[in-house]
Amino acid sequence: MSLGKLSWAAIPFDQPIVMATSAVVGVGLASLLALVTYKGWWPYLWREWITSVDHKRIGVMYVILALVMLVRGFADAIMMRTQLAMAAGGAQGYLPPEHYDQIFSAHGTIMIFFVAMPFVVGLMNFAVPLQLGVRDVAFPVLNNVSFWLTAAGVLLVNLSLFVGEFARTGWLAYPPLSEIAYSPGVGVDYYLWSLQISGLGTLLSGINLTTTILKMRAPGMRYSRMPVFCWTALASNLLIVAAFPILTATFAMLLLDRYCGFHFFTNEAGGNPMMYINLIWIWGHPEVYILILPAFGVFSEVVATFSGKPLFGYRSMVMATMAICVLSFMVWLHHFFTMGAGANVNAFFGVMTMIIAVPTGVKVFNWLFTLYGGRIRFTTPIYWALGFMVTFVIGGMTGVLMAIPPADFVLHNSLFLIAHFHNTAIGGVVFGVLAGYTYWFPKAFGFTLNERLGKMIFWCWFIGFYLAFMPLYALGLMGATRRMQHYSDMSWRPWMLVALCGAVLIFAGIALTVAQLIVSIRQRHRHRDRTGDPWTGRTLEWSTTSPPPAWNFGRLPRVQTTDAHWASKHGAAPRASESNDITSVHLPCNSSTGVLLGFFAVVLGFAMIWHIYWLAACASLGALTVALLHAWRPEKEIDITPEELLAHESRAVGGVA
Amino acid sequence: MSAAELTADGGHEMPLSEQGPAPKQVVVGYGFWLFLLSDIVIFSALFAAYAVLSDATANGPAGVRLFDRQRVFVETVCLLASSVTCGLGSLAVQNRNVTNAYIWLIATLALGASFLKLELSEFGSMMAIGAGPSRSAFLSAFYTLVGTHGLHVTAGMAWLIVMLTQLRTLGFQPMVRRRLFCFGLFWHALDIVWIGVFTIVYLGAH
Amino acid sequence: MQAAHKLRGAWRNSLIAQSCALVASCDEGVLGPKGPIGRAEKLILFDATAIMLAVIIPVIVLTLGFAWWYRAGNKRARYLPDWEYSGRIEMIVWCIPTLIVVFLGGMAWIGSHDLDPPRPLESQNPPLEIEVVSMDWKWLFIYPGKDVAAVNELVVPIRTPIDFHLTSSSVMNSFFIPQLGSQIYTMAGMTTQLVLQADVPGVYIGRSAQFSGDGFSDMQFSVRAVSQEEFDRWVALAKEQSHPLDVAGYTSLVQPSHADSPRTFSSVNPGLFDYAVMATTMPAKAEAQ
Repeated sequence: MSLGKLSWAAIPFDQPIVMATSAVVGVGLASLLALVTYKGWWPYLWREWITSVDHKRIGVMYVILALVMLVRGFADAIMMRTQLAMAAGGAQGYLPPEHYDQIFSAHGTIMIFFVAMPFVVGLMNFAVPLQLGVRDVAFPVLNNVSFWLTAAGVLLVNLSLFVGEFARTGWLAYPPLSEIAYSPGVGVDYYLWSLQISGLGTLLSGINLTTTILKMRAPGMRYSRMPVFCWTALASNLLIVAAFPILTATFAMLLLDRYCGFHFFTNEAGGNPMMYINLIWIWGHPEVYILILPAFGVFSEVVATFSGKPLFGYRSMVMATMAICVLSFMVWLHHFFTMGAGANVNAFFGVMTMIIAVPTGVKVFNWLFTLYGGRIRFTTPIYWALGFMVTFVIGGMTGVLMAIPPADFVLHNSLFLIAHFHNTAIGGVVFGVLAGYTYWFPKAFGFTLNERLGKMIFWCWFIGFYLAFMPLYALGLMGATRRMQHYSDMSWRPWMLVALCGAVLIFAGIALTVAQLIVSIRQRHRHRDRTGDPWTGRTLEWSTTSPPPAWNFGRLPRVQTTDAHWASKHGAAPRASESNDITSVHLPCNSSTGVLLGFFAVVLGFAMIWHIYWLAACASLGALTVALLHAWRPEKEIDITPEELLAHESRAVGGVA
Repeated sequence: MSAAELTADGGHEMPLSEQGPAPKQVVVGYGFWLFLLSDIVIFSALFAAYAVLSDATANGPAGVRLFDRQRVFVETVCLLASSVTCGLGSLAVQNRNVTNAYIWLIATLALGASFLKLELSEFGSMMAIGAGPSRSAFLSAFYTLVGTHGLHVTAGMAWLIVMLTQLRTLGFQPMVRRRLFCFGLFWHALDIVWIGVFTIVYLGAH
Repeated sequence: MQAAHKLRGAWRNSLIAQSCALVASCDEGVLGPKGPIGRAEKLILFDATAIMLAVIIPVIVLTLGFAWWYRAGNKRARYLPDWEYSGRIEMIVWCIPTLIVVFLGGMAWIGSHDLDPPRPLESQNPPLEIEVVSMDWKWLFIYPGKDVAAVNELVVPIRTPIDFHLTSSSVMNSFFIPQLGSQIYTMAGMTTQLVLQADVPGVYIGRSAQFSGDGFSDMQFSVRAVSQEEFDRWVALAKEQSHPLDVAGYTSLVQPSHADSPRTFSSVNPGLFDYAVMATTMPAKAEAQ
């Protein structure tokens, strides 16, 4: 019963910061579990959340996961900013390179894979079936499985803090640095296994949502009547299905190199590290569009709703979205212009990258002309939208700048690059998911979030972002490279200090988000959403109660136009209650398959990381058993009778079909 | 809500995109088909790696010296034949003919097993002469590409055994028929991938 | 009162210091090029930014302007609840980004060719060839024509094209001298090529721009651009001390170390660079076989 590479030496007793964090997290987690047990909440949690196959519940769980990981990823960020504010001239700061390298690698990995992805997937999970006027996604149990596989990845990444170490290679783990010869520890293995597991979850989610959007929409909802958020969700999920398998294959090759002595990317025996860089970015560029397209979709909904008019140029928005979807596969080389591919190749990819800026620009103009002629209500979501429109275009500009190969030759891997992608990631993705979070919160929970705090959170993020990243543009132009643990040029220090201030402000924003949740829950009776339509919305999710019943719609709405809910409110289309007869609804039962598979995935991942092969075999067997039990499950369903449906309909007041 | 109940405008048949959520058989088949496409993307990445590394033999043996085309031919016949038997099995399931379904599906299993046995013996004989996956990048790519296909075949066979058992215990339920349909798609897709493999790897060996 | 005074004084002083830093930094790094490649790239940066600002600034202004004018409380603004399409606007909206992209695309195409890293520079002086090996975590510079080598210090004559041939002894790095222009990756088992030139004498910073491990931050080297005479003197000085670089010396140099102080070698084994290129591709166990 050997424990492979695992021993007491794996616990970083000599790193006080890590040990302190472990203690705090350990105590906190234990207290939480104790509280839940003491209050007797386990049956409720198991029945209503853990084994739920309801897309609304799963969407909420994804968002909770993302918010928790935002705290972890941001802690990494503030450690980095503090280190760089200190380590100027000859100073070494408080984080030695071995530690600092793990922090920036963890920061990137967590923010992309365990904050942005789950947040975006969570919002799509929650809103898409409601907007499409259907009862759930195509494969509800698979949806639950996807969530728990993602959570398994999260758990593994966090375990690396307490047991062993994390990768010290940056968030994309380029070989040869990530090969066993140069990274013999378990860090890269933690990285690879947690991402393989959560990547599988993401892929399954992509298949699920694509099938839902293409094969399950309310009657009458032809493609040209779908909400724009569903179009962007479609594009994003198509990209997931097309791009994530490449990540899986590439990581599998690196794993084979590390575990079985293969030579895909090694320096010797013919290995080709350049091939890894190509493959990983063939995934990597679509990945950023997977994240930004749903954010664009959120903004389309928000700007239209709060301007009180339909989105300008629906058709061109859709065309632009699908164009971005296709083009995103044709630009990957711009991530390594400096690898020496030659002028023709560089120029081709540079031009392709610029071409992708065209549909993006079109979208910005369309949002602009949605505002024009509107009656704009300044709620928190529209603050995020306006902040996005102003901020994202700057990020887009610096991106197009670096798409010119000779410009990239002096800016590649500099802090200018860091500023650019944070500009688009924060100004685009973060602002978008926070807008979506605020926008759909009342639908999910039946009460709105505190508006005043919401706006304060916005200003903290907005001002904090500019303070944190505008100096980085300057530093990049001054020749500062990314991933440096210390630097000798004292003239960089003032900029680093300003950046630290920005990070502190963003931290305030995150703290306020927690506060907002607590305050809003306390004030929930005052801000109850009784109509189901707190924002005077345009799309079908606002025609249900807040929160909607498990079956979403008693009768599926009959759609005749875009903005179906707006149309039915203004008499341009019949309400669902007038158009269809009411029949029984069959809902799928809860399933424990997901959480069990997630459990075995964690054990499998951990065992493989530490080379405990007998344990890995047991975990695989366990997973297989769960799958077989699932294959023989009885196809029971929950029946909701027409009487129940009618009773719910009549309980809902005004404005609800 | 069936299509028959919906009224169309102007008496024309309502387009499929407007008929509401599709029936379960369609949804499951479509979703599985998307999964297959994603699987083919994995193979594309492995094919690309193989193409890039096909000359990286590190002064070791190259494909043309290692591959036994006769054995590959027999493997191909086995796999293609197993697709035929699988198709016949699907027809039997459609006709609710239990005996034929078992015969053809077990034949599929047997042919798949023969394929695997031949492939494993090929790998074994190559490794015996020192041409294992850690010898060179070319060999790493070869074993991974062909081996991933072999792993899929193995998984397919395990799935088929489960399905045969389900057929025995649950009969021709809609759920079982849906899953057998998906299995058929999977098995035929593996055939298509194999055609790519033997063309690019074995016929293209240099 | 006195405290407030002191505080104000302190604020003012720090503001002046910051502004000086700001102004000074404008001549540093990428915005303070000291050679033709860097100058051309800086020009591209400015031109492209200017072109894009011509669109970005109006967009930002219009966004804020529309948001404010069409606020719900503004009774003077027209409310157009059904206005969602205009062919003319659509056409403009597609044309503007397209035109910008055509322009910048042309810039990208021409610039990629003109500033292709291995492209030779026109000059009266013949190019000087320098071979570069990135190591963990330092830089080795071999001057094959002069039969000297140096670690972590690059001395080059001004107004002379420098023809760099680069490789790595281990993981990927990127050879970058911000004030001279383009960077290029260094990779084991292969050679990349880069041509740069320094026109102004001075001391510049060079570093690795591709993260390569724990000692990465120390991979800085100084670049001294000097007159031809001074360069010849430096070469002669390097040749004076008997400190040859052979394969054994190279093998010990390759061992991980960081913050190496600059030193020179009086002679270099011929073919050492080619050896360096291929050295990492031979696994230790293959030799045992």
